[in-house]
Amino acid sequence: MIQFFSYLINGIGLGSVYAIIALGYSMVYGIAKMLNFAHGDVIMVGAYIAFCVTQYVGLPPLAGVLAAVIVCTALGITIERLAYKPLRQATSLAVLITAIGMSYLLQNVAQLIWTANPKNFPSLVSFPSLSLFGGQMLITGETLVTVLANVVIMVSLTLFINKTKMGKAMRGVSEDRGAAELMGINVNSTISLTFAIGSALAAIAGVLLCSTYPVLMPTTGSMPGIKAFTAAVFGGIGSIPGALLGGLLLGVIEILGKAYVSTELGDAIVFGVLIVVLLVRPTGLLGKQVHEKV
Amino acid sequence: MKKIKRFLSGNAATYAMVVIAFLLCQLALSGLIPGFKMSRSFRGQLVPICTWIVMAVSLNLTVGISGELSLGHAGFMSVGAFSGIIMSAWLLSAFEMENETVRLILAMLAGGAVAGIAGVIIGIPVLRLRGDYLAIVTLAFGEIIRNVLNCLYFSVDGSALHVSFNNPNLPGNVIYKGPTGAVGNKTISTFTMGFCLVIFTLIVVLNLVNSRSGRAIMAIRDSRIAAESVGINVTKYKMMAFVTSAVLAGMAGALYGLNLSTVTAAKFKFDTSILVLVFVVLGGIGSIRGSIIAATLLTVLPEVLREFGDYRMLIYAIVLIVVMLFTNSPSIRQFFGRILPHRTRKGGDAQ
Repeated sequence: MIQFFSYLINGIGLGSVYAIIALGYSMVYGIAKMLNFAHGDVIMVGAYIAFCVTQYVGLPPLAGVLAAVIVCTALGITIERLAYKPLRQATSLAVLITAIGMSYLLQNVAQLIWTANPKNFPSLVSFPSLSLFGGQMLITGETLVTVLANVVIMVSLTLFINKTKMGKAMRGVSEDRGAAELMGINVNSTISLTFAIGSALAAIAGVLLCSTYPVLMPTTGSMPGIKAFTAAVFGGIGSIPGALLGGLLLGVIEILGKAYVSTELGDAIVFGVLIVVLLVRPTGLLGKQVHEKV
Repeated sequence: MKKIKRFLSGNAATYAMVVIAFLLCQLALSGLIPGFKMSRSFRGQLVPICTWIVMAVSLNLTVGISGELSLGHAGFMSVGAFSGIIMSAWLLSAFEMENETVRLILAMLAGGAVAGIAGVIIGIPVLRLRGDYLAIVTLAFGEIIRNVLNCLYFSVDGSALHVSFNNPNLPGNVIYKGPTGAVGNKTISTFTMGFCLVIFTLIVVLNLVNSRSGRAIMAIRDSRIAAESVGINVTKYKMMAFVTSAVLAGMAGALYGLNLSTVTAAKFKFDTSILVLVFVVLGGIGSIRGSIIAATLLTVLPEVLREFGDYRMLIYAIVLIVVMLFTNSPSIRQFFGRILPHRTRKGGDAQ
């Protein structure tokens, strides 16, 4: 039983990382109506920046996280300006292929800079582990920080979207881009802001992910990226609580599946669940049903 | 002049191009072209070139003709490859079938059939989704197939075929061992058979595109609602395109698998799906001839430019982005229109 709970807590820790990444996907999808395939690779870039700043320059972990956030925000905005903005009017197929190209570009540039050899990422979290039931169950500091960061991000993002003027603009653009433009909202800067927020969150997620699973390679971000997108779709894309719910559920399913069903089939179980959910509820668990107008 | 133009834009030119390329290769192989000797590494590339042409053309059927982005094409290829290998080993063991051509044909048919079944199973849920969801679910299926293949074991014992899940202790001769893949295959693929598969693919795809069904598929791509309103069965035609594409990918997989003595499921990962997508995008989405040329060039080029090996995927990534930006961005198009006045008029007419 205690074993089960420790799996559950590990799952929630992993799920929190997925949830933070899924937020980036979900917001960008909600506002720019595009699947930013390169999001997973922004995570990887963030982790590498934090790694370099703390290991090579020797700055404290917090500076590493800050540097990662700044670089990733700039990277996110640059990607949007260079690759996605010219394609605002293009078909979703064209945008998606461009995003896949961008994902590969980031991976290969990272491979040129940092080589393909995996780096051992030292945990940047110096939080004490929590021991429960007389030491039978151990919650690592990384898990605690991840869950905490997740809660803080979710709450502040919800407040930002609902209370501020910028948040209102974002909601407006996501609902009807044309109408928002007519109301004097700068659509381009709103989309850039969305990319900036999403990429900053990706940087944080990258550091948290690599602190828990310490192997850093140019392809580190792609699998979590795909799974986080799965989480966003699972919860209902475009919805913030949906990203949280989808991320947590997916993390728990993955860890429990690996523990109780089969280690090799962990990913297959996750994707299988996605397919079942999409069959039953094509808009995800908390997604809005949008009726098609002819 | 007009006749030449019509010929060049027709399907006959596509067939002619493939046949001429095949004949030239055969001449070069038999050393009949003086002063030109085919290098060993290039000879080794002939069957892969055929495989990638078939993969690119079949993916083009989904992406270009049907307008659905599939990111799991390598999954069908792996299903086809391993069923082909198992079929070939079983035929040899059960019927002592020595004739390699017959075995290869039966293996390709088996690969195509199993990949087709996989296509139906995947297509039923996937084709209910639209756009980006479809891309992500096909990607997920590709990963599931790879995951499951890593847990399966196959062996042949006389005429019996044994399958097990996560249990390597099987009676007889084990031909497929989970993560280690298929080891010690008899390589029976030949360039001639590869050429036959390319021609078969072209016949299937070009005839489908120019048929009533093909027009229905393209109508759904251009406007699903309008197509539905004139009574086109959307699911049926999408399924037709998707499954045909899967069957062809499976046959290509069998050809590819039986050309190598060792194949693992890791060969058919997500990167492979993207590679085929690059062929399709670079050749021109919807252009069958473009896919053939792009697949050939991009398979041969890395062999020629070996020193750029590290930059290969980087260049592919840039190619994907640049081609997409150039063909889809109105401002960049306009900019080039000013430089090349001849092309604007054409572009303007098309719009």
